[in-house]
Formats: sequence, C-alpha cells, structure tokens
Amino acid sequence: MHKAKLISLPQPAARINKLNWSVKLDGVSLIDNSKSIISDVSCRLSSKGISVIMGENGAGKSMLLKMIAGLVVPTEGLVQLHPSLAGRTAMVFQSPVLLRRTTRGNLNHALKIARVGKRYRRKKIATLLDICGLTSLADQQAKKLSGGEQQRLQMARTLASEPKLLLMDEPTTNLDPRSILAIEELIQETNRSGVKIILVTHNLGQAKRLADEVLFLTQGQLEEQGDAKKLFAHSNSETFNAFIEGRLII
Amino acid sequence: MSSFSEALLTAIELILLADSALYEIIALSMQVTLAAVAIACLIGFPLGAALAVFKFPGRNALTVIINAMMGLPPVVVGLSVYLLLTANGPLGPLRLLYTPTAMVIAQTILVTPIVAALSRQVISELAKEYDETLRSMHATRLDTIGTLLWDARFLLVTASLAGLGRALAEVGAVMIVGGNINHATRVMTTAIALETSKGELALATALGIILVLLTIVINSAAFMINSALESRSNA
Repeated sequence: MHKAKLISLPQPAARINKLNWSVKLDGVSLIDNSKSIISDVSCRLSSKGISVIMGENGAGKSMLLKMIAGLVVPTEGLVQLHPSLAGRTAMVFQSPVLLRRTTRGNLNHALKIARVGKRYRRKKIATLLDICGLTSLADQQAKKLSGGEQQRLQMARTLASEPKLLLMDEPTTNLDPRSILAIEELIQETNRSGVKIILVTHNLGQAKRLADEVLFLTQGQLEEQGDAKKLFAHSNSETFNAFIEGRLII
Repeated sequence: MSSFSEALLTAIELILLADSALYEIIALSMQVTLAAVAIACLIGFPLGAALAVFKFPGRNALTVIINAMMGLPPVVVGLSVYLLLTANGPLGPLRLLYTPTAMVIAQTILVTPIVAALSRQVISELAKEYDETLRSMHATRLDTIGTLLWDARFLLVTASLAGLGRALAEVGAVMIVGGNINHATRVMTTAIALETSKGELALATALGIILVLLTIVINSAAFMINSALESRSNA
C-alpha cells in the first residue's frame, strides 16, 4: 500500500546527524577526450550542514557534483553515498530545465515520478508552492517565469521527492540580488529541515554566507578541505588564500 | 483546360448533389485512413520514443531500417499482406482479405515507420534537453518516455499528419488487399484508378479534386486545433 510522503521542510529534524559522512570519494578521477577533468580526489563530506565546493572556472566543481549525483561515471575511483542516502538525492542545475508545463504541472510531474499518490499531490503542491513563494504563479507556464522564479521552481521540484541529499550547481548564477537572497534563504531553510546540501559556487560571498564545510578544487585536484570558519580564517594553501583574497590564480 | 473545367464542374456537381455512392466512398476512405493512422500513432509514438531514449545494441541499425521503411513500396506491402491473408496464408482462416480491415492493416504497415521515424527525430532533441534533469529525478525509462511524449505532443501532431498524408494518398496496397469492390472496399484512390482505367477522366479528376480538398480540410483542421491548444498551453 502506498504511504503518503509529507513535506517535512518546516520540521527542525536532522535525521542524518547520526552519520559521520554523507559522501565518500576514493581516488576519483575523470578523463574526458584525453583531458583530465578530475584527478585522484579522495575525501569524505560531512553528514550535515552545507558543504560548499569552490574553485576557479574549469576546476572540475560541476563534474564532481555530477559524479556524486550519479550522472557522470568516474574513469577511476569510487563515489560512495551513505546507504541511507541512496535514491534520496536530488540536483539543482545552474540552468533550470523546466518541462513544457505550468508551474503546478512541473510540480505534479515531479511528485508523480516520486510515486506520490494522486490524491496527496494537491496538498503537497500547495505546500511546495508556498515554501518557494510561487503560489501566485502556479498556473503560469514555467518557461515564462523569470530567472529567479525558474530557479525557485526548480528547487521546489527537487524538494518534491523529499531528498536527504540536495546537490546544487551554482544555483544563483546570473540572478539579481533579491533572487539570490530568496534562493539562499531557501537553501538554509532546507538544510535546517535536515537535508544535507552540497553546493558548488565560485561566489566567495555566497560561500562565506552559507558554508559549514569547504572543499577547494584547483585544476581537478582537491587543494583544501575543512571547516568553513577555520579555513576562511586561516589556510596553509597559497592557492586557496589567493582565491579568497581575490588575487589572480595563474 | 476545358477538360479540367469539366472535371471541376463534375466535382462540384457530385458534392452538391450529395451523391450517395460518392459519400460512401469518402466515408470508407476516412474510416480506413483514420483507423490506420490511429493505430500507427499508438505503435509509432512509443517506438520512436523508445528508439530515442533506450540505448541498446543494434539501435542505430533499427533506426536505419525504420527510416528506410518510410519508403516502402506500397505494392510490396500490399502483396505481403495479401500473402498473409489469402485463404492458404497463415492468417487465411480469419477471412480478412478484401475487407476494410485488410486495408487498415496494409496502411498501418505503411504509415507506422513514418510516424515512428519522425517521432524519434522530435523526441531525440527533447531527450537531450531533459536527460540530466530526468535522471537526477530518478525517473524510470517509462517515466522518461511518458514525459517526452507529453511534452512533444504538439510536434508529434506533425508526425501524425505526415502519416495521414501517406495513408490518404495510398492506392497500390489497398487495391491489392481490398480488391476495390463496389460498396465494400472502394475508396477514393482506388475509385480514381478505376475511373481512369475506364477512360472516365472527368469523374476521375473530380474525385481527385475532392481528395485533395479533403486532405487540405483535414490538415487545416488539425493545424488550427493544434495551434489553439498550443497557444492555450503557452498562455
């Protein structure tokens, strides 16, 4: 019998607190067209909070995130999700790909794929629209929403499946400050509800505002990893220090 | 010029006089054609989507075969269906030869590759766009096909109209399996062929004009309905 899944965003739960890691990378490498994209990355990501993957353009941040999402298979090494997270991941992309339907239609589709029964969907759609501030745009074609609204819809759509691990690839790129603030509040609220978040960004300000843990990639290699506050205060990596000080890395 | 005018006048006369034999032929033509196109869409849409989504050994070969089948010679299809349905054939006991059902079968075989190939083309493009998003949502292959078919629905109308055009114009296969029997299996195209062979060129041309008009009317109606639904969907 199908059991209804209820949106649990407002709850201050932290169900994965008992784990000490969420994602484990072991010697992960990716070569594409003879070019090394990711090179021998090994690390464990914390089980809670927001992990931010930083680095300059082309450092391999997005590819690493896609490997964690299972969308790209590493050439070498192993990407391991904690067993409790298997099948409970969702991903927010830099450029939202929304279906040719209304805002409500997109959410309904996501709930259908998440195998939520038809009679429970209406209530869940209303909750998701409310959480993401899209109630007034429910019947508008998704493709006609503004950039910020599309990104919020994408967030709402990923939350429909009640993920335990949310992967976000530069979700605020090209958005205005008001939209960035809305998305960041949504990220924090989602995280407070117990969802582990791994966020890719090259926006240093955003990383400082959101990160609990930082991973810094340079040329496909993991240069630095650790507690965000400590790393932003002091790092032994010259490249990381140059990055956060805004100096050019050549 | 005068023979064309004569044909045009005959066509108008046939329509205005509400010639029952003519309407019977038109009705059967539409019945057979629409049934064949509907079945071809039921098979061709999912087949095209599956070819666009599933990756399996021989997929390219199957795509090439389906593309090649778009140009299947109707008489060969007609002959094949005839051999299947003839009294001594494997499906002979069903007694379908020289019935509208046999004509639907032949037309379906001709139209399905067109619908499938065009659907595959349309859905491949959409599949590339949706690929990562749907995979990140843990959509099953069946979910993916359903999503793509629904979101490509307006484009798929074009594929079905292409199939409809082929079916309406079909003569060789339906002549062989239908037999062009008056009041039983005579359709527009076989009637035109018959009248031409009898030297009744004015009547044949008149029937041709009516067939062309019918094709234009059906395509216009489909275009308008599709445009209205699309603009309503994008409103």
